[in-house]
Amino acid sequence: MTPLAGFLLVAALIFSIGLAGALTRRNAILVLIGIELMLNAANLNLIAFWRYGPHPEALTGMMFAIFSIAVAAAEAAVGLGLVIQVHRHARSTDLDAMNRMKG
Amino acid sequence: MNLAFLFISALTVAGGVAAVALKNTVHCALALTIAFAGLALLFLDLGAQFAGFAQILVYIGAVAILVVFAILLTRGSETPKDGVYSKRWPAGLVIAAAVFAVLGWAILQTAPRLGQDSPAPSVSVVQIGQALMTRYVLPLEIIAVLLTAALIGAVIVAMHEHGRHEKEEVK
Repeated sequence: MTPLAGFLLVAALIFSIGLAGALTRRNAILVLIGIELMLNAANLNLIAFWRYGPHPEALTGMMFAIFSIAVAAAEAAVGLGLVIQVHRHARSTDLDAMNRMKG
Repeated sequence: MNLAFLFISALTVAGGVAAVALKNTVHCALALTIAFAGLALLFLDLGAQFAGFAQILVYIGAVAILVVFAILLTRGSETPKDGVYSKRWPAGLVIAAAVFAVLGWAILQTAPRLGQDSPAPSVSVVQIGQALMTRYVLPLEIIAVLLTAALIGAVIVAMHEHGRHEKEEVK
């Protein structure tokens, strides 16, 4: 197995773990943790393809990963702000108990 | 496929599993930090120093702390009495396993043709800065606007609504 395949397999595994967390947990914060893991797995893929791609000096994959990290940080800030607001409103972060869109 | 890679990936995967499987939410946040650190080490192992240190700064320094703050503010560390897993957790587990099976199958199918071991490219921070200021200057500006909008949006969303709260207390 080539090194790139190893990195891709690890990224796929982390992505699946994050997906499992986002789909099985009740707490909204844990769902956000799962989403963060999925985003990180995608970043690992970008960096691995940059490293073993034909033109690493073009920096494309690296730039994608850096911008992706910035977007993920913005996503985390807004997501956790929403979780806090929902908790203030419904007194709970249990996603199974949130079954209506109206406040 | 060296020993360092195997060790770091085992650490990262273990941290990820613990982050989504542990019962106490604070323990989950700590395990998430381990997973982020493992990913930063994988970035460094790939020769992407700048991305690795950005990962440490942004994820361990900011996102993990933000998660801990959110847990504190929502009192999320109390374990609910009817379990931490959703009612339909077997379906979620099956979907995640199926996604991993498909991805792993695709990777192993193309593994022999994937990039061979090549000498690590040397990229200095100067090169990254020059690329950010020339070819990637437009995405950089858009990211700046996005971060500002996200900052203001997060503050407005999480801001205490005094008027409504006082009315509720009067009731």
